[in-house]
Amino acid sequence: MFAAVDNFPALLIWIPLLGGLLSFFLKDAKRAKTSAIVFAASSLLVLMVSMNFSGKENMQLNQVSYDWLSSIGSNFGLILDGLTRTMSLLTAIVFLLVFVLVPFDQYKDANKFYGLMLLTHCGLVGVFMATDALVFYLFWELALIPVYFLASIWGGEKRIRATFKFFIYTFIGSVLMLIAILYMYNKTNATSFGLSAFFNLNNTATEQYWLFSAFFIAFAIKMPLFPLHTWQPESYEQSPAPVTMVLSSVMVKMGLFGLLRWVMPLFPLAVKQFSPVLMIVISIGVVYASLVAIYQDNIKRLIAYSSIAHIGLMAMGILTLKEVAISGTLIQMFNHGVNILALWIVAYLIEKQTGILSISKLGGLAKKAPVLSIFMLVAVLANVALPLTNAFVGEFMIFNGIYQANKLFAAFTGLSIIFSAVYSLNMVKNVFYGTESKAASLVTDIKGLQVIIFVILTALILLVGVYPQPFFNMFSDAMGLILNRYNS
Amino acid sequence: MMYAGFFLQSKRSIHLLAIAGICLMIGATAYEFLSGIPFVTIDTKGMLEYTGYGLAFLLIILVSTLVYFILSGNDIHSAGKSASDLYALVFFILTGIAVVAGYRSLLMLFLGIEIVSIPLYVLAGSDKSNLKSNEAALKYFLMGSFSTGLMLMGIALIYGDTGSFYLDAIRAGFGVLTPMKAAGMLLILASMSFKVSAAPFHFWTPDVYDGSPTVFTSFMATIVKSVAFFAFLTLFDHAFGKLHEQWKVLVAIIAVATLLIGNITAVFQQSVKRMLAYSSIAQAGFMMLSIYAINTFAKQGLLLYFAGYSFATLGIFAVLSKMKDHSIDSFNGFAKSNPIIALSLLISLLSLAGIPLTAGFFAKYYMLLAVIREGGMLWLVITAVLCAAVSVYYYFRVIQAMYFKESVQDNSSLFSPYFKWMMFLNAVLIIVLGIHPDLILSLI
Repeated sequence: MFAAVDNFPALLIWIPLLGGLLSFFLKDAKRAKTSAIVFAASSLLVLMVSMNFSGKENMQLNQVSYDWLSSIGSNFGLILDGLTRTMSLLTAIVFLLVFVLVPFDQYKDANKFYGLMLLTHCGLVGVFMATDALVFYLFWELALIPVYFLASIWGGEKRIRATFKFFIYTFIGSVLMLIAILYMYNKTNATSFGLSAFFNLNNTATEQYWLFSAFFIAFAIKMPLFPLHTWQPESYEQSPAPVTMVLSSVMVKMGLFGLLRWVMPLFPLAVKQFSPVLMIVISIGVVYASLVAIYQDNIKRLIAYSSIAHIGLMAMGILTLKEVAISGTLIQMFNHGVNILALWIVAYLIEKQTGILSISKLGGLAKKAPVLSIFMLVAVLANVALPLTNAFVGEFMIFNGIYQANKLFAAFTGLSIIFSAVYSLNMVKNVFYGTESKAASLVTDIKGLQVIIFVILTALILLVGVYPQPFFNMFSDAMGLILNRYNS
Repeated sequence: MMYAGFFLQSKRSIHLLAIAGICLMIGATAYEFLSGIPFVTIDTKGMLEYTGYGLAFLLIILVSTLVYFILSGNDIHSAGKSASDLYALVFFILTGIAVVAGYRSLLMLFLGIEIVSIPLYVLAGSDKSNLKSNEAALKYFLMGSFSTGLMLMGIALIYGDTGSFYLDAIRAGFGVLTPMKAAGMLLILASMSFKVSAAPFHFWTPDVYDGSPTVFTSFMATIVKSVAFFAFLTLFDHAFGKLHEQWKVLVAIIAVATLLIGNITAVFQQSVKRMLAYSSIAQAGFMMLSIYAINTFAKQGLLLYFAGYSFATLGIFAVLSKMKDHSIDSFNGFAKSNPIIALSLLISLLSLAGIPLTAGFFAKYYMLLAVIREGGMLWLVITAVLCAAVSVYYYFRVIQAMYFKESVQDNSSLFSPYFKWMMFLNAVLIIVLGIHPDLILSLI
């Protein structure tokens, strides 16, 4: 396998994997951080280079299949298409920024910390690139285990319980998915786990209903969708900040991604059958989560509920089966990752300096930290999906699709946008403006690297908001597989 | 056929001699397996016949025993007064295992199982000064002889109906289900379920496993259990295969009951040793799936299961037998005090829980696949995976203790460096099997 590192997917797997393993042997925390940054940056670089080699003529650079368990028909198959590329890009950006942001002495045993983070990175890209169901399942778990350890070792007071809940939830979902995978594998006469082999199975409607349910539960837990979301706020609150960032900006997208890559192409009959019911449940969840977010006093929990609402909206976008909503979801998956990362970074900086996350105890931070408050405002406005920000593009398209599908849904779910403005702006008002609290005296403004990080994030927010076209060009090759069974 | 009687009386070098003996046996088996030429030929009138599958099984068992000797050798010395006797007993058991690996007649099955069981009763009670060990031995003996009695009755009924002890002849006579066959089959099913500790015949397991000296619990829970399963599978595949449709529902019920009882009871255990006893019942539930399905996947997967389960469990028990306190809290802070042991235990536990990239994942995977291949009964698969999710709960409690809790006392001097590296090798073996299960699957 070592000899075969001659294309992009293989490189994207090997770089974080080797980086992660290497990190365990670096005793010096500073060196561990540097190496983590180097590996994350080179991942990003490889990805950037690969952008120039997309398209049909470069297929063998973007697709790879190694013999792995040839006796049972599983090949180590990876692909880099538009969908994957967007998600990998998000992963690479998030990890790089997180590594740069967090000081090397923040966590004891830093080498293990960075090692586990890079292994998570590897698991995530693997999930996004896998074209073989067994490999997909493998990476799905591989991404979960390091996160479990990261959150349990370096997390908050109630970390063990919270992360364990998270782990059990996800594990139950994934074993159900495993059954579905095995069932389809058996139907291929035990010859292949490949996506394309599964694609040609012609499952009957009843079979699809069951298979769809198994997959959907796994993905819904991961996103999470109402009413399977109960692990999320607790685990976001208890996880160490970098892990929360990774969890909420990239990891929850595994669920949405799974819907797009596996569920949509494989079970068209079931998707058509279930989408109205699911849309009702999800839209209730979206409005519910937005309402709950209004009443949160803890910044982390507020962001967590806001995330549930936004993710729910994207899931609805997919289930409308309208092309416009699905492209909207695709771009929104990237945007949401960027926006929520910005929000988490702000929360992290506030917590680090003041030790307080309660909105009612904070206030007037803007005087001491004007630059931070400006960036925060941009991130919040993007979270509310104001025009000219990236989220506007995505959510506008999603709502367009929902409106086409059902006007009532659009009106009801639209409430969440109003609520999101309420809680987001309320948070900015009470934390950064208003009466000056004791906590405000502890705050210093951001400087140096932190400013650069925020400049990058703001640039991403505004650039994608004004000129999203490159992304849509990138998606074009992925859309076909997702939708072509629905158009006929 | 390919074993030598082992009667060792030397004092210090017993351990090394035992390892050498095992290696010799592995060599002999491997030679026969690869070349197809029997090492020693004895005319058994077709009662013993070694197929590739049987030899592959034997190979795995012998390698597991080698792992067992290497990891737990020192504990055998401290378990009883004269280690050579205990080693000799283990080799007697291996003799029985070799018979079971090749039986083609119910007579040989009975003989093999008895050769395995009787030394075990002695081993269970080898800690003479410990009341619990005596109790375990007595309990094991009573229950064991009871189940053997059932088996004999079953064999008698089958013989009465078909007129033969030979598996092939029985198979030929098993066209239609007569009451006599049904009764015989039921009795044998019950007694085999006893031996593999499947519910509702599992009651002896926790007490016996808990009471016996930990070194021998480890042997019982892994190698002996595998042997019983192998005998189970061979019998129901060869002799009763034609009536698969009739008995498979019964096996499915036993499997589900075993899975539920084993997993749910394990959740409430505070002692790791007792938890492992219940977990071994739970794992037996998973292995029962292969008896239910009896197809290529089931047979291949069962061998993988033996290996994955044995290596992981042997490792955990080896650590456990070196500790005085068996509660979960005694593992607190292992990651700090014994990083290598903690890592090895982590991999073993992940393997038992069936997390990908460990041998346990593909073992469970094959069991599920076998059932799905068999068709119908999807509820069996769903119960099994939900139980696997439950098992994560109790296995992870040990992981949590090791990695996320602070220790009170210093454990760092419990283990010798040699033991640490051997544990690590064992863990590497589990990972290698998890990435390349073909290593075992290709044996068949």
